[in-house]
Amino acid sequence: MRAEPRLTVLGVRHHGPGSARAVRAELERLSPDIVLIEGPPEADALVSLAADPEMEPPVALLAHVPGDPTKAAFWPFATFSPEWQALQYAAHAAIPARFCDLPATNSLAIRPQHDTPGDTPEDPRDSPEPASDGGGPAEALVPASGGGGLSEAIVSVSGGGGSAEAVVPASGGGGSGEAAVPASGSGSGGSGEAADPAFDGGGPGELAAPLLDRGSPGATSPDRPVERDSEEASREADGSGFRVDPIGALAAAAGYDDPERWWEDAVEHRGDTPFEVIAEAMAAVREGYTPDEYEARREAYMRRTIRAAVKEGFTNIVVVCGAWHVPALTQATTAVADDRVLRGLPKVKAEMTWVPWTHGRLASWSGYGAGITSPGWYHHLFDNPVQPIERWLTKAARVLREEGLPVSSAHVIESVRLANSLAVLRGRPLAGLAEVTEAARAVLCEGDELPVELIQRQLVVGESLGHVPDATPMVPLQRHLREEQRRLRLKPEALARDYDLDLRKPLDLDRSKLLHRLRVLGVPWGTLRETRGKGTFKESWTLEWHPEYDITLIEAAACGITVPSAATTKIREVAAGPAHSPTPGSPAAEAQGVALADLTGLVEQCLLADLPDALPHVLKAIGDRAALDHDVRHLMAALPALVRAQRYGDVRGTPADGLGSIVTSLLARSCAGLSPAVSGLDDDTAREMVVQIDAVTSAVTLLDDPATTNATSPGGATSPGGATSPGGATSPGGATSSGDAISSGGATSSGGAISSGNMSSDVASRSVDSSAAYAVTSPRGRWLAALRGVADRADVPGVIEGRIVRILFDAEVIDDADDRMSRAMSLGHPPVRVAVWIEGFLSGGGLMLVHDARLLAMVDGWLSGLQGEAFIDVLPLLRRTFGAFAPPERRAIGSRVASGATAPVEITYDESQAAGAVKTVLAILGRA
Amino acid sequence: MTTVLRPHAEDQYADELAILAKADDRPRPPGWKLSPWAVTTYLLGDADYSGGPITPKYIGPRRIVEVAVATLATDRALLLLGVPGTAKTWLSEHLAAAVSGDSTLLVQGTAGTAEEAIRYGWNYARLLAEGPSREALTPSPVMRAMAEGRLARVEELTRMPSDVQDALITVLSEKTLPIPELNEEVQAAKGFNVIATANDRDRGVNELSSALRRRFNTVVLPTPATAEEEVDIVSRRVTQLGRSLELPDTPAGMEEIRRVVTVFRELRAGVTGDGRTKVKSPSGTLSTAEAISVLTSGIALAAHFGDGVLRPADVAAGIVGAVIQDPVSDQVVWQEYLETVVRERKDWRDFYRACRDAS
Repeated sequence: MRAEPRLTVLGVRHHGPGSARAVRAELERLSPDIVLIEGPPEADALVSLAADPEMEPPVALLAHVPGDPTKAAFWPFATFSPEWQALQYAAHAAIPARFCDLPATNSLAIRPQHDTPGDTPEDPRDSPEPASDGGGPAEALVPASGGGGLSEAIVSVSGGGGSAEAVVPASGGGGSGEAAVPASGSGSGGSGEAADPAFDGGGPGELAAPLLDRGSPGATSPDRPVERDSEEASREADGSGFRVDPIGALAAAAGYDDPERWWEDAVEHRGDTPFEVIAEAMAAVREGYTPDEYEARREAYMRRTIRAAVKEGFTNIVVVCGAWHVPALTQATTAVADDRVLRGLPKVKAEMTWVPWTHGRLASWSGYGAGITSPGWYHHLFDNPVQPIERWLTKAARVLREEGLPVSSAHVIESVRLANSLAVLRGRPLAGLAEVTEAARAVLCEGDELPVELIQRQLVVGESLGHVPDATPMVPLQRHLREEQRRLRLKPEALARDYDLDLRKPLDLDRSKLLHRLRVLGVPWGTLRETRGKGTFKESWTLEWHPEYDITLIEAAACGITVPSAATTKIREVAAGPAHSPTPGSPAAEAQGVALADLTGLVEQCLLADLPDALPHVLKAIGDRAALDHDVRHLMAALPALVRAQRYGDVRGTPADGLGSIVTSLLARSCAGLSPAVSGLDDDTAREMVVQIDAVTSAVTLLDDPATTNATSPGGATSPGGATSPGGATSPGGATSSGDAISSGGATSSGGAISSGNMSSDVASRSVDSSAAYAVTSPRGRWLAALRGVADRADVPGVIEGRIVRILFDAEVIDDADDRMSRAMSLGHPPVRVAVWIEGFLSGGGLMLVHDARLLAMVDGWLSGLQGEAFIDVLPLLRRTFGAFAPPERRAIGSRVASGATAPVEITYDESQAAGAVKTVLAILGRA
Repeated sequence: MTTVLRPHAEDQYADELAILAKADDRPRPPGWKLSPWAVTTYLLGDADYSGGPITPKYIGPRRIVEVAVATLATDRALLLLGVPGTAKTWLSEHLAAAVSGDSTLLVQGTAGTAEEAIRYGWNYARLLAEGPSREALTPSPVMRAMAEGRLARVEELTRMPSDVQDALITVLSEKTLPIPELNEEVQAAKGFNVIATANDRDRGVNELSSALRRRFNTVVLPTPATAEEEVDIVSRRVTQLGRSLELPDTPAGMEEIRRVVTVFRELRAGVTGDGRTKVKSPSGTLSTAEAISVLTSGIALAAHFGDGVLRPADVAAGIVGAVIQDPVSDQVVWQEYLETVVRERKDWRDFYRACRDAS
């Protein structure tokens, strides 16, 4: 006769150091012969890898459906995860460990399509149960007597509908006296984290993010949007059906407004986990709760696994699962009933593997499902059961010292005292993360937020990357790449091989995208060569595969399971900057982000690799950086690249929504900052500035006039500010109307432009001309207006002023270029300034001297009027200016001067004769 | 009824302090009139307190008050930092009133504050007549606080010259004040502590020496957390001020108040209210107090020179003046803000126009 099987269910919170320690201790005490762990049973084969010395948490089990990138799920484990401890114990004690949750084969099939395909999949564990579901070895000893029928019901496969005296539910009834908060009260309990049944049905883990996202001690931002959403969701769910937030309910009963904090006080910070109390309470809050179909199936499957273990002859079984399931597993049900529940489950082909994980991903702000906000803190609590506060603050002091901040031992002593007295004041058994953070802020950091951020980043989250052994099965990212390679007929070869891609062909376009995406992931399989042919549709690559790329792919596996999704995540991470700010909106952390120029490069990468989902994040980052960047030259440098990217996106057919608005705001900022930026420059920086002004000018010419901005423009009619505002963005509308005139192309409208040069004081006529006023809002108009604002200033370096006058003249914004030139060349200015003015004015082509005799005459007059010494002074400058012209230009100018035709000549056109030619030219330019 | 213009906190709220003292059954640190829990309640208010409603004195995060009270309870000195107008002095006065029942032991830090204000002075007539003695000595507020076991308050600590600041070091670390002339010392009675306030935005202040700095626990008082809270504070204060300045009755348009508060908050935080657009922050502090003064002067303009209704144009000049402190860099900040944020808001069109006219 065999011994009575003994079943112990250890209810845990999935990432809780207290739970983890308690589980380990319980396992040592119980010394079971098998451990069942909540998780997909397909991973049973991978359990042995967990014992591999090369396996280093944090790691995650990954289930995926080959060929369907939208279906995947992660089960992360950290050192302080109770499940991980159970696995370690099993390996250590050489007993079998099995996973008992619904197989991934089924759960992935049941799950609905993910909202954002390719996004990081979440933890499929327990959305309905709080991630912090309470722990307790609900010991259901199978007694010899018939009294405790519930476990018997489970254990005896025949399952004769157990008696009413089920131990746990019964005591749960009693427990409800103390912990009695009806589940319906939890919504108002401020937690609002309950699982919406509608979601639970199919989406494991989908709600898990909000579950733990509430203001946990470490989070200083009390109202993150996610929470509000979840609260709203739960409020809506309130009416629709029964929902529970057991932890919230229990916390409210204990007088805590923050369930997370209550859990920490009640469980994580105690030496011993009050198993019974919480298990009873869990039963109490579950009373009357009917699990939805999905949850019922999971729990039925768990019971079935338990029965199977019993049948195989195991006598001392320990189950480690979320505390929420404890009552269900010790409940009186029959195998027949469970079989009925489990009948006809949909199935997909699922595969499992281990992938490395990071603490950052465990933290909820990186968007991972059942996240915890402070993995580093939990890790610390797990590693340091003795004097955690003292050790933590000492660690914090060390972090600060490494950054060169003076922190003495006296500081640490005082911060420990403050943390402890704060805990007393708040009535907590032990100082928690909130208290040590306050203490660190007030004492160690002396009220300064920056070091607090540092502690948050380095300690509270802790930067730690897991490692998986080499024997681990291939990650889906590798598999996906393999499939792509087959589809695109690109073979990974160690020998370099050249490909010329014609982007007009779909196959080649896809190849190009794949190679670009891999480059984003840090796998430079292909390197771009200079294209020999012409046109933007051609790309030349050299392909060469190195074995270490596989390692990179495994590391990138946590980013996503397909190449595009992983690349998207990667770009998003880069755009967010290395500093994962724990407090969103804190400017200090974001200020250390990526340089603007790098970000604009990312945009190009996004477009090349066709990653439209990543683009908005990069653009947001650009917008933020641009707003904080005080050097307008950086903004101006970024602008042309973005405009190019916008146009290039059009060529490749990549949607680049949002680029336009970023460009507009960058332009607005450049316009506003231009005026102060052009003064006080030395010769070299002034020349660089000219180059940038030119670049921006040609960039804005490429910009389409967004008609939408016109609608919101309050500008025109009532903004006479142009003349007085050096900022220049608000310059006279009349001036820019002529800018418009170019694009509208009418030969006669230039007449209007000519008169507009002196309209800056003429408010009345401008406000009448509403179309002119609106033209201010065209990007080009705004830029030219800004330039116009600078052109009249006296303190601008000559080369910049000359260049600006030339730009404005070319754009027909001003018509008094000759007056300006004559002013610039008048005797009041030293010859050197005149020379650089001319350099600026004539840079990029001297043709205008050929065509405009007045200007030529002026230059000629000035040159011949120079004294001998002065002429020698300016000669090098002039040589540089004229030397840059194309030889034919120089020749033409020379012949003009030689022919003596430098006197102003009145040229008259026969417009009726020219009309035909003009029309044709306009048609060619597409402006007819 | 008292005739003083502004009664001390402990007099004005004597009844509330009495209620708390009566109902307070939790342990009190030596020398404290109330337990730390009751002090917290006194500051944060509790409408349902068992003895009667307690009005909130400080509207802001609870943790600030808790850290402050816990600091005082661990006999560490408390340093309240913050930009002007964040209720530093107000908080320190009420803390002293609640803990010691006396908020009058006050040293005002100025560039001219001498060491006597921290240590002691002499009554020279007596000194000459009787020679050095305890009777001839004039104790400073800090000395009295030490002798009586009360809280001393030091306002604007960073405005004092550094050598005067450092006189506090012995007091805070040894808790004694030696009187070498008499070969005596004053030892602090239990309950003694120091609350200092300092302004961290001012230029040209005397930075605390690190020796002194590390004897303080630092609490930084934030600007109001939400726009609603700030609008509430501003509108209440604007109404009060308007009354006391006896301005003609002008309906202080909530819309304008909201707008001014929004502009101030956005520029201060460097991000727009919806969190979607970053903006640069100007060099000025843009405190709540400045928003109040912009609106008050706007109301004065509207009442005396306008049509009696607060219009965008009335506040625009004030805002521009408050934002642009540095004519070069702040001008850029303001232009950017105007062009990228204000301009895009449809219902702000009149405001945009007014600001452009004023810039």
